[in-house]
Amino acid sequence: MSSFPIRSRAFPPNWPMRLIGVLFVAYTLYAMSRLDLTWARFSIGMGEASRFLARMWPPNFTRWELLAEGLIESVQIALLSSALGIILALPLGLMAARNLAPKPLTMLTRGFIAFCRSLHYVIVAILFVKAIGFGALAGIAALTIASVGFIAKLFAEAIEEVSMKQVEAIRATGAGPAAVILYGILPQVASRFLGFSLYQLDSNLRNSTLVGIVGAGGIGGTLFAAFKRFDYDFVAAILMTIIAMIFLAEVVSGRIRAALR
Amino acid sequence: MTALLREWHRFTPLERFGRWFVYLSIVAALVWAMRSVEVIPEFLIDAPEQMMDLLVRMWPPDLGYYRMGVHEALVETLHIATLGTLFSFILAIPLALLAARNICRSRTLNSFAQLLLVTSRSVNSLVWALIFVAVFGPGAAAGTFAIAFRSIGFVGKLLAEALEEISPGPLEALSATGAPRSSVILKGAWPQIEPAFWGVALFRWDINIRESAVLGLVGAGGIGVVLDDAINFFQWDRVATILFAILIIVIIAEIVVTRLRARLI
Amino acid sequence: MSDRAVKSGLVIEGLVKEYVPGKLVLRGIDLALPAKGITAIIGPSGTGKSTLLRCINRLVEPTAGRILLNGQDLVPLRGRALRMARRRIGMVFQEYNLVERLSVMENILSGRLGYVSFWQAWLRRYPAADIERAFTLLDAVGLPDHASQRADALSGGQRQRVGIARALMQQPELLLADEPTSSLDPRTAVEIMELMTGLTASTGVPLIVNIHNVDLARRFAQRIIGMSGGSIIFDGPPETLETHHLRQIYGGEDWL
Repeated sequence: MSSFPIRSRAFPPNWPMRLIGVLFVAYTLYAMSRLDLTWARFSIGMGEASRFLARMWPPNFTRWELLAEGLIESVQIALLSSALGIILALPLGLMAARNLAPKPLTMLTRGFIAFCRSLHYVIVAILFVKAIGFGALAGIAALTIASVGFIAKLFAEAIEEVSMKQVEAIRATGAGPAAVILYGILPQVASRFLGFSLYQLDSNLRNSTLVGIVGAGGIGGTLFAAFKRFDYDFVAAILMTIIAMIFLAEVVSGRIRAALR
Repeated sequence: MTALLREWHRFTPLERFGRWFVYLSIVAALVWAMRSVEVIPEFLIDAPEQMMDLLVRMWPPDLGYYRMGVHEALVETLHIATLGTLFSFILAIPLALLAARNICRSRTLNSFAQLLLVTSRSVNSLVWALIFVAVFGPGAAAGTFAIAFRSIGFVGKLLAEALEEISPGPLEALSATGAPRSSVILKGAWPQIEPAFWGVALFRWDINIRESAVLGLVGAGGIGVVLDDAINFFQWDRVATILFAILIIVIIAEIVVTRLRARLI
Repeated sequence: MSDRAVKSGLVIEGLVKEYVPGKLVLRGIDLALPAKGITAIIGPSGTGKSTLLRCINRLVEPTAGRILLNGQDLVPLRGRALRMARRRIGMVFQEYNLVERLSVMENILSGRLGYVSFWQAWLRRYPAADIERAFTLLDAVGLPDHASQRADALSGGQRQRVGIARALMQQPELLLADEPTSSLDPRTAVEIMELMTGLTASTGVPLIVNIHNVDLARRFAQRIIGMSGGSIIFDGPPETLETHHLRQIYGGEDWL
């Protein structure tokens, strides 16, 4: 083996990577054929797209009352589900942190948090719609579950990263468990917790515009109805309003998070 | 004696006022939302019972149904997620290069690329799916494009940020050798962002697996179509099977991504 | 042993600690300390000095033995009783261990957490006497104007001053200091030792200090305990600590 002039090749071929590359290209072609993604279809779609865009313009804001009503409901869903999610995530995060809680409790809580995160909020929203009926309540419930999964997980991770030296010092003063959490742990994680909460409020605002598609309240219902009736100019108006609101929320929460740091 | 005692407050009066103001506005917003949101009280009281009822109807799941269509739909979902991620990169890479201020020197082009990226991110994948169903008709093609168009903004933003963080030294050195701009980017910038690139790709693929599972609800292909049918026909034992399948594929994707990432870094 | 008769001060009997079964970190420590004065524990790193101190306030669980503080055995205490014992023992740490995102004042007042209720702690409603005492201590450690600064804005020496004030805020019957000067420059180290010895002498609190620096130990302590390999191998006043003792404690001789 050592008789090969290894030094003479500046770029030795990486066969495993080449093989992976070839396999990936082959997979792509196979998957495209399975999904019926052909150039002919694509070019037909392009023609449809231009017709679609032409029908969207100009956006039609004449039914602005319907639009505002849906948007306000979306905001309400986002606010309430964020608040509920934050309140529930606080104890769950503490219970899931492996440096605070006993192991069986952390396992149980982690399992619950993972369950909350694993199903897409739209699927959860459908289930709630089927169980408790159409309306904002189903949307609030679905987004609360998503918020709990997100905030509690990150909060638990933040707690696990705190400096235990500061905790030890507080414990050495004879403080009880609640006071140790209050003085040793919370000051170290409070700003991050606020950051996660704001981020979640931000994403709940986005998601609350969507749960209406499955009947769980908010502007999504209006949007879906407009699509079904081919009211594409109204669709354009709704989409522009949603994008404007999301953009505004992103800017505001970005400012607040920067100020917290 | 009391006159000697010094006072200590955690916050200055102004800070305290600010805090109370924030607390009060949060409470006011919540009260407003709670009072005006249309929640039907009967539904609220009924909710736990109805949820239990639903769960009881889901058990036991109709596992035999998996081979009768769920499997195929699941594979289609995977194809949608993977191809969607791939297509998004094809469009996101040039946009990221245009948006990165240290690569593209034109402020106008920077802002234009940023605008496109923001638009892509602000429209949810389900809404993109509605749009592409209108364009391509129902089916997996609409789903693939929906995933791709939603991902462009995400991928493009992260890649542009990674590009803006690279050290300018190597680029300068390569430019000094007289290399053309494209070679400078290939040999100077690409090696620096390669780990970030694969990290973003894996991260977005993981998200897209979750997202592509719901696209079928608006007719854009994948397992969501099967789920929608089962729900509309109230076949709850089949719904349970489909939910399990989604759950398992999501967990597997997460494990795969975590493993691959650990090897990348 | 006759130590049993001692009702005041700290008495340690047969203290054993193993983190991993079979690997003894402390091999049966017997020690009696009077209720006043400064005791320095010297010895190489990893010899169990820190473990010994942490066994006293039970941040580390002893494997076997008895620790009597003013006649009360601390080892069997649990829960509330343990916290009551801990608040009688102040501790100063090598890396200060301040809660960095809280203000200096909040850090000092956290020395009262064993005394105040949870709600008082949450709402920062400390008794006026505690706040007055905190200001007095802040003056005493030389940081009169730093009350509302955040702890992470302070220098190392200033942080250790806050650490000392926090420990004394407990009004302890015993002060433990675990390498309080190891993270500080030589001049600040001397200042911190002077501050600590001065404040404990004026309040009559006995001080046990783990210290690397033999010269500082000689200069400030009335009694020196030399540890090596988990056992006490020297115990006496600084004047009697000779070169051959140091050789025995630290091993080798080139460094002397």
